[in-house]
Amino acid sequence: MIPELGNFAVMLALCVALVLGVLPLAGAARGHGGWMALARPAAAAQALLVAFAFGCLVTSFMVNDFSVAYVAAHSNSTLPLHFRIAASWGGHEGSLLLWILILAAWTGAVALFSRELPQAMAARVLGVMGLIAVGFISFLLFTSNPFERLLPAALDGRDLNPLLQDPGMIFHPPLLYLGYVGFSVAFAFAVAALLGGQLDARWARWSRPWTLVAWLFLTLGIFLGSFWAYYELGWGGWWFWDAVENASFMPWLVGTALIHSLAVTEKRGSFKNWTVLLAILAFSLSLLGTFLVRSGVLTSVHAFATDPERGLFILVFLTIVIGGSLLLFAWRAPSVGLGGRFAVFSRELALLLNNVLLAVAAATVLLGTLYPLILDALGLGKISVGPPYFESVFVPLMVPLLVLLGVGPFVRWKEAEPAGVARSLRWVAAATLGLVAAGAVTLRYSAGVALGLGLATWILLATGWHLWQQVAGRDWLRRWAGLPRSYTGMLVAHAGIAVFVVGVTLVKGWEVSADVSLQVGQSATLGGHTFRFASMDYVKGPNYLAARGQFEVSVDGRYVGSLVPEKRVFTVQNMPMTEAAIDRGFTRDLYLALGERTDPLTWVVRIQHKPFVGWIWAGCLFMAAGGALAALDKRYRARRSVQVRLPVHAELGHA
Amino acid sequence: MKPRHQRLALVGAGLAALALGAWLILSAFRQNLVFFFTPTQVVAGDAPRGRAFRLGGMVEQGSLQRASGNAAGRFVVTDLARRVPVSYRGILPDLFKEGKGVVSQGRLGADGVFIADEVLAKHDENYMPPEAAFALKQAENAR
Repeated sequence: MIPELGNFAVMLALCVALVLGVLPLAGAARGHGGWMALARPAAAAQALLVAFAFGCLVTSFMVNDFSVAYVAAHSNSTLPLHFRIAASWGGHEGSLLLWILILAAWTGAVALFSRELPQAMAARVLGVMGLIAVGFISFLLFTSNPFERLLPAALDGRDLNPLLQDPGMIFHPPLLYLGYVGFSVAFAFAVAALLGGQLDARWARWSRPWTLVAWLFLTLGIFLGSFWAYYELGWGGWWFWDAVENASFMPWLVGTALIHSLAVTEKRGSFKNWTVLLAILAFSLSLLGTFLVRSGVLTSVHAFATDPERGLFILVFLTIVIGGSLLLFAWRAPSVGLGGRFAVFSRELALLLNNVLLAVAAATVLLGTLYPLILDALGLGKISVGPPYFESVFVPLMVPLLVLLGVGPFVRWKEAEPAGVARSLRWVAAATLGLVAAGAVTLRYSAGVALGLGLATWILLATGWHLWQQVAGRDWLRRWAGLPRSYTGMLVAHAGIAVFVVGVTLVKGWEVSADVSLQVGQSATLGGHTFRFASMDYVKGPNYLAARGQFEVSVDGRYVGSLVPEKRVFTVQNMPMTEAAIDRGFTRDLYLALGERTDPLTWVVRIQHKPFVGWIWAGCLFMAAGGALAALDKRYRARRSVQVRLPVHAELGHA
Repeated sequence: MKPRHQRLALVGAGLAALALGAWLILSAFRQNLVFFFTPTQVVAGDAPRGRAFRLGGMVEQGSLQRASGNAAGRFVVTDLARRVPVSYRGILPDLFKEGKGVVSQGRLGADGVFIADEVLAKHDENYMPPEAAFALKQAENAR
């Protein structure tokens, strides 16, 4: 009964989405107030119906209803409850329903928090989101229905892929989808502005907080995915330039460009066309990511099923959305105009360079990701593009961006004095060079490490110096407290990039790794640490059997801790899994993974010493926190009736 | 310089930078393409020497050998028509299994042994890497 209710709710949601996608847009075009007024209630009804349907699916998982084909394929009665809940999005159909749930939630949130928008604008934004929902709900109903029954019912389920039985599974997909789908709000605002022909600073102010929140969720989602791959896959890598990772990284790069370009549009009214285009591209790349991941064209843990019909549906949908919005852009953009003028040397130019570099970076990732797929689809041969390509292209693009990141906040809007900026930054530059030189003498690091650490130092010092210039003085505490949140958010996010760069640089430059064959009782030494293989036990978990090793770690004969890696065999699917043991630290992680057993007492193990790897993730968290601070800025919460006075720091620009 | 000239110079410099960037990107792209070959193609001598490529197929039953005392291993990749011996140092992925699909990346040694830097297996028991499936199908069609 429950699955049928869920199915029925999805069908109703499709009807509501059709109403939402047609009437408010038509109403806005013809000035029909009643039709426009339908947008908010329809958005709310859609959100409730989809939430109900999702609840039905989760319930089917919780009660082990193996008469539902999707439950039988992705769960098992021995699976712990929290993983049974997460298994709801452990396969194609359920993750699609999660996508729709999050889209409905964003639509509902826009309906709820858009009271100060003009009616036509709100109706158009919600209508566009309704159209997207129509596409996705029909996709679910016609090609991938999670509520389909299995006759006869299975006695037990085939279990969730053991790789996915991890807390990461509970948080990574929802957060990532919140980011992906969140860009649909920015997209809808852009399309609404093109349709209505209204694109001004107010428009940018409305869409900015939504874009920031989507961006911060995408940042968190990517961070969790990387963190999870690091400890779960047993290889100790944190980024593989895998097509699926790239699929999430491209919208992130374009989204990052978008939040900067929105700043220009809000502050100065410039870059209007460009901002709209970026909003369209960010969401298009999110859709492309969904297509790549869900259609089975890629070899990956994310590719659940290869069903050409599904791939075709998404491809057609993708063409309609991207092609349609770009056509609309080509048609309407000339009437929108470029916006305010600015001098050659100005904050606008700095942000333009930021945008160009980020867009080019996204394009290079797109090239490396799509080219092999297109070649394969055309039957022109099978190739792959590995990390060397991405690294050799990405680093040269990021270096100027990171240098610019230190300079940008010191450059005034509209017109700036190059000499003045140079004067503000000369001590920062001198200090950076001095520190890098001192480090080179004492630590004797390579040119690559010097470059990375130098850039991180440059960003940190410049950011700190900028803050100091704002708050220095007797009443610094009061000034500090009075800083606009969007400004503090910018500083935190920029500092996060510096922390991230330190992590990446030192892991790349200094990590050591060895695959060794060890017998119980033997030791191996790596990076100053000695690892003694103390014992091997065999244990039984709820749905797996495991070989559990004990490794004692010591430095110069002094015991510092033990590592307990496991090799599990999940009994339902008879699938082996490595559980790496990690000793985390502020300045290094010790990483140990069991390979295979070559004779009863000998195992091949991989030992890694990874300096500062935790900083990579700390940096991501800083960036997300910066995004949160900026989204919480007072001026976004201002009602139209309330005149908000920006504090003395208005000239900072809140970029 | 008049503002108009200044702007022109800026646009020109921007275009030049973009062109240089595009050239760098495309040359990096060309250098780092990794092509895929089946065991039949490798045995026929189609695979490049001294350049990395990917080899896909099935791990032959009973072919995995582990040297005791170090992390070196050997196995044979087959498309059921031709076989290529592969040597690899390090731990193998969890789902690496004899009789199952595998894709490895590396170079062909002078002795005809493929020296793998990387061995990729699938993420799911029922899932065959498309490249490996492709190799088996090619060999079957040729027969």
